Amino acid sequence: MTSSTTRPASDYPPGGDAFRHRHLTGIAPLTPWEISYVLDAAEEWVELNRSGASKHDDRLAGLTIINAFFENSTRTLLSFEIAGKRLGADVVNMHAAQSSVKKGETLIDTAMTLNAMRADAIVIRHASSGAVQLIADKVDCPVLNAGDGRHEHPTQALLDALTIRRRLGRVEGLTIAICGDVLHSRVARSNILALTLLGNEVRVVAPPTLTPPAMERMHVTTFTDMDEGIKDADVVMMLRLQNERMDGAYLPSAREYHALYGLTPKRLEKAKPDAIVMHPGPMNRGVEIDSSIADDPARSTITEQVEMGVAVRMACLDILTRRQRGVPGWN
Amino acid sequence: MELRPLHIVGAQLIDGDTPRAGSLLAVDGRIAAIDPTEVPDGTETIDAKGQWLAPGIIDLGVFATDKPAFHFGGITRAALMPDSGPLDGAGLVERAAKGGKPDLWVHPLAAATKGLAGRELAEIGLMKQAGARAVATGRGRIADSGVMRRVLAYAASLGLVTIIHAEDEGLTAGAVATDGEMATRLGLASAPAIAEAMAVARDLALVEETGAPVHFRQVTTARGLDLIRAAKAKGLPVRCGITPAHLLLSDTAIGDFRTFARLSPPLRSEDDRHACLAAIKDGTIDILSSGHDPRGPEDKRLPFAEALPGMAGAETLLALGLGLVRDGHVSPGRLFELLAATPASLLGVDAGSLAVGMEADLILVDDGTPWQVDAKKMAAWAGNTPFDGMPVQGRATMMWKGGLRIR
Repeated sequence: MTSSTTRPASDYPPGGDAFRHRHLTGIAPLTPWEISYVLDAAEEWVELNRSGASKHDDRLAGLTIINAFFENSTRTLLSFEIAGKRLGADVVNMHAAQSSVKKGETLIDTAMTLNAMRADAIVIRHASSGAVQLIADKVDCPVLNAGDGRHEHPTQALLDALTIRRRLGRVEGLTIAICGDVLHSRVARSNILALTLLGNEVRVVAPPTLTPPAMERMHVTTFTDMDEGIKDADVVMMLRLQNERMDGAYLPSAREYHALYGLTPKRLEKAKPDAIVMHPGPMNRGVEIDSSIADDPARSTITEQVEMGVAVRMACLDILTRRQRGVPGWN
Repeated sequence: MELRPLHIVGAQLIDGDTPRAGSLLAVDGRIAAIDPTEVPDGTETIDAKGQWLAPGIIDLGVFATDKPAFHFGGITRAALMPDSGPLDGAGLVERAAKGGKPDLWVHPLAAATKGLAGRELAEIGLMKQAGARAVATGRGRIADSGVMRRVLAYAASLGLVTIIHAEDEGLTAGAVATDGEMATRLGLASAPAIAEAMAVARDLALVEETGAPVHFRQVTTARGLDLIRAAKAKGLPVRCGITPAHLLLSDTAIGDFRTFARLSPPLRSEDDRHACLAAIKDGTIDILSSGHDPRGPEDKRLPFAEALPGMAGAETLLALGLGLVRDGHVSPGRLFELLAATPASLLGVDAGSLAVGMEADLILVDDGTPWQVDAKKMAAWAGNTPFDGMPVQGRATMMWKGGLRIR
């Protein structure tokens, strides 16, 4: 397999581990070369996924992956499930709605139960920041964070970086505007960490009520004016606005939000002429993004992000299970 | 049981700024003489071997009657917060006051409002008759300024101090940390530090209006402390306290989602921590207490935002206080004003200092012995200490309550 944007070998430190983590709890513990390593690995899975009928690689055959989703999700769960199955693993999904979590079992007890079932990898989504770390500390197998509270959503940041790299040829030295509800967004936090780490200028564009405190400590500049914030940006990354934020507590109304922060064709003219528009989905069309932009294949990368998502998750599952599978050099 | 007179010799007495060699005689449970020239027949003599002899610690504002922890920590009296119960009736107060017998004084703090709901005045007068030594708003503040004004005036008329928790509930709704880099990186809901100063400012205005004496149980920010400093300069009847956590830890301690560092009020920035140290040095802070609030794994082994706030502080209070002495922030005499004399005067009890006529609540302190805080081996019924693993020095080696040896 070859890759269209293979990184030079010098990007990895000689003699160092290519990816020295047992879990993927967030972007925060990663180094730039570890991110590049995952992206490179994912490139190969993009090719397999596009190769027509046979999308199977059975390297994870016999392994059990549990997708433990304590918070509703359709896309991420589906993406992880497909990723696991394409690698030949037995994938089991656990939804909080059907589980004993509703009966008052603590998160640690649930984690111990999953551990006792001898999972080979556990993918977790939870509504509380830090919940994934808590489980990762208690179980014997690799844990992948599929989103915890407002904290991190590392596979989303990795797939976004991969999408940018494939579209623009690089993911360094770019100006990237992250727009919308940054305060409540784990996607924004992971992307800020990953994109600044890779050497991009990251801007946060949000109403003051949805801007987290101390953003300057995250090495980003903040804007409350959308036109100013996306000026000359290479990438405009929109965030989903949860409906419950629009009821007056954080924002006066959806209508006002669209007028001030919605991405319209006219507004997008402020960005670079070839700027790409990203969105982690699901979109509120007509609120944070206009349909004409979302559906413009020249600008919008939204479907490509979904495609990269599967590839990135395949790469993460492959890399994190190498120790159990006894892959030479991984111990 | 006949109480024998007690003569402690060879001690370093903490009855002034610095320890001085001396001896102490207690008769009938009270301090009868300092450096007595003669002692009654049948007196028991204890050789302190050069250890500090200090008043027993009076821990103002604990959330549980946790005797093993208090005994380990040299705490002879604990003022119990009204939250468990809540202590809003005379019967409950009377029972809580007996909860420490025979070897610990428990001074219940009366709930300011019924059910601590912040709406209707509780029966503060009847609770006083049942043994309540002060009034407290509990873990939260009273949001309604009208109710708060009435509580202050009413408690003052009964000669009771009102103990206040100062955080603006609008700003802190849902928050589990202080605004800052740490909260943002961890993705935790946070509130600005001024939530404290805003609450302090309102209550200071009410103090000025009513003349009622108050104690802010924990003031932890530079701006809050500035307000207290200014109020004291004006002569208002205001005191404030703190726990060692806010003097020694900043919000970096919540990294890795350590729920033992989830406190109320939350840990602050490093700048605020330094302001707290300055305030303890210049006398703005009057009381150092443990905030003892033991929490088991069912409350703490949870995702950070779901864990309950609080720390088991009784065992580490003395050692961390001695650390403040060693680091030059306070003198030994001042430390025991913070730990004993001022809380005693707030509660109106005859204890808290080595003076003739006071209750003989005494501790011997070995101020040098090193030990390590270990959350797994605590005397408290839960080991939720944010100081886990910290090397400290000094501990209480003997204790008397009313002249009776209890440890």
